[in-house]
Amino acid sequence: MDGPWYEIMREMLKLNDVRLVTYVPDNVLRPLIDGLSGDPFFTAFGTTREEEALGIVAGAWMGGMRGVVLMQTSGFATLANVLASLAVPFQIPVLMVVSERGTLGEFNLGQALVCRTMRPILDAIGIESHTITRLDELAFIADRSIKQAVATQSSAALILSPLLTGGKVFAQ
Amino acid sequence: MSEPRSTKIMNRFDLTRRLVGKLVHEEAVVAGIGNTNFDLWAAGRRKQNFYMLGSMGLAVPIALGVAPAQRRRQIVALEGDGSLLMQLGALATVAMLRPKNLTIVVMDNRIYQITGGQPTATAFAADVAAIARGTGLSQSNWAVDEEDFERLVERALDEDGPWLIAARIDGAPATATTERDPAQIRDRFMRGLGVRA
Repeated sequence: MDGPWYEIMREMLKLNDVRLVTYVPDNVLRPLIDGLSGDPFFTAFGTTREEEALGIVAGAWMGGMRGVVLMQTSGFATLANVLASLAVPFQIPVLMVVSERGTLGEFNLGQALVCRTMRPILDAIGIESHTITRLDELAFIADRSIKQAVATQSSAALILSPLLTGGKVFAQ
Repeated sequence: MSEPRSTKIMNRFDLTRRLVGKLVHEEAVVAGIGNTNFDLWAAGRRKQNFYMLGSMGLAVPIALGVAPAQRRRQIVALEGDGSLLMQLGALATVAMLRPKNLTIVVMDNRIYQITGGQPTATAFAADVAAIARGTGLSQSNWAVDEEDFERLVERALDEDGPWLIAARIDGAPATATTERDPAQIRDRFMRGLGVRA
């Protein structure tokens, strides 16, 4: 599949009938958020916190509608409690797309530290995650991960590496 | 509207029974943690009830997610004052999206009851219905007594939402404890909503 990463991601969500998009804004995710917001297939809106975005997607799934939460690394770090007490034990497949900050050229020490908490949290509560670094692997990883999450009723995290997105560059 | 001076201090289990008594069209109820949840369980077994077992503060967001997925069904989020205060931003999101089929019921006892009765901010100056109105939820009201609560519930189920109904309640403990089997709670809820046969 051709096109930039955000168009491929949008197509993979559509292919898998993921219609509800909740997010806390992030500059790297902006082209994805813009594309999803402008496509009538999706219902996309921002929330005040990532926990809230996760709760909405969890409720929608129980009501019969698939969704995805878009966030930045630091936003993921706020989710340990609700992943461990809602998504995982209730077997609700919450799909998360996380733009990775804090590595490969980070300029903010706080971001670099919070980034290091992400994979240990995912591993500790048994949530499968994939770090996507290559454009040619994006469609396969996204499509298969969404299908597996739904089929096994397990949450999944797709981590978008700066190698894929370009990341956030230090403002001179 | 700020809380009227005449607002009666009611009882959570009694109000929960009155609420459930009005749910004659398989309306969904999402209950936050603690005694709010326990009294919903005690008020009768309904397949359309979802009981959180953690994730404090997420009853409103979960209900807000069920709403667009189940547009022909009325959805009720049942919360306590402590839980609501933890996720106040969710009220602003509800006001932004304006789901017609969502009602938020807040049982306000002014304490974190399950952790030993420490006061919440509503014991001092915070006013749940006024906060909700400030986020843009114009249809937010205090129930002044049990009959008023029932009238507000009937109206919320009958007319376009979103609605918020706040009720002052006493410190009586819950009358039962919810079963703690998350997968079963979720599966039963999905079957109750017709998502699974």
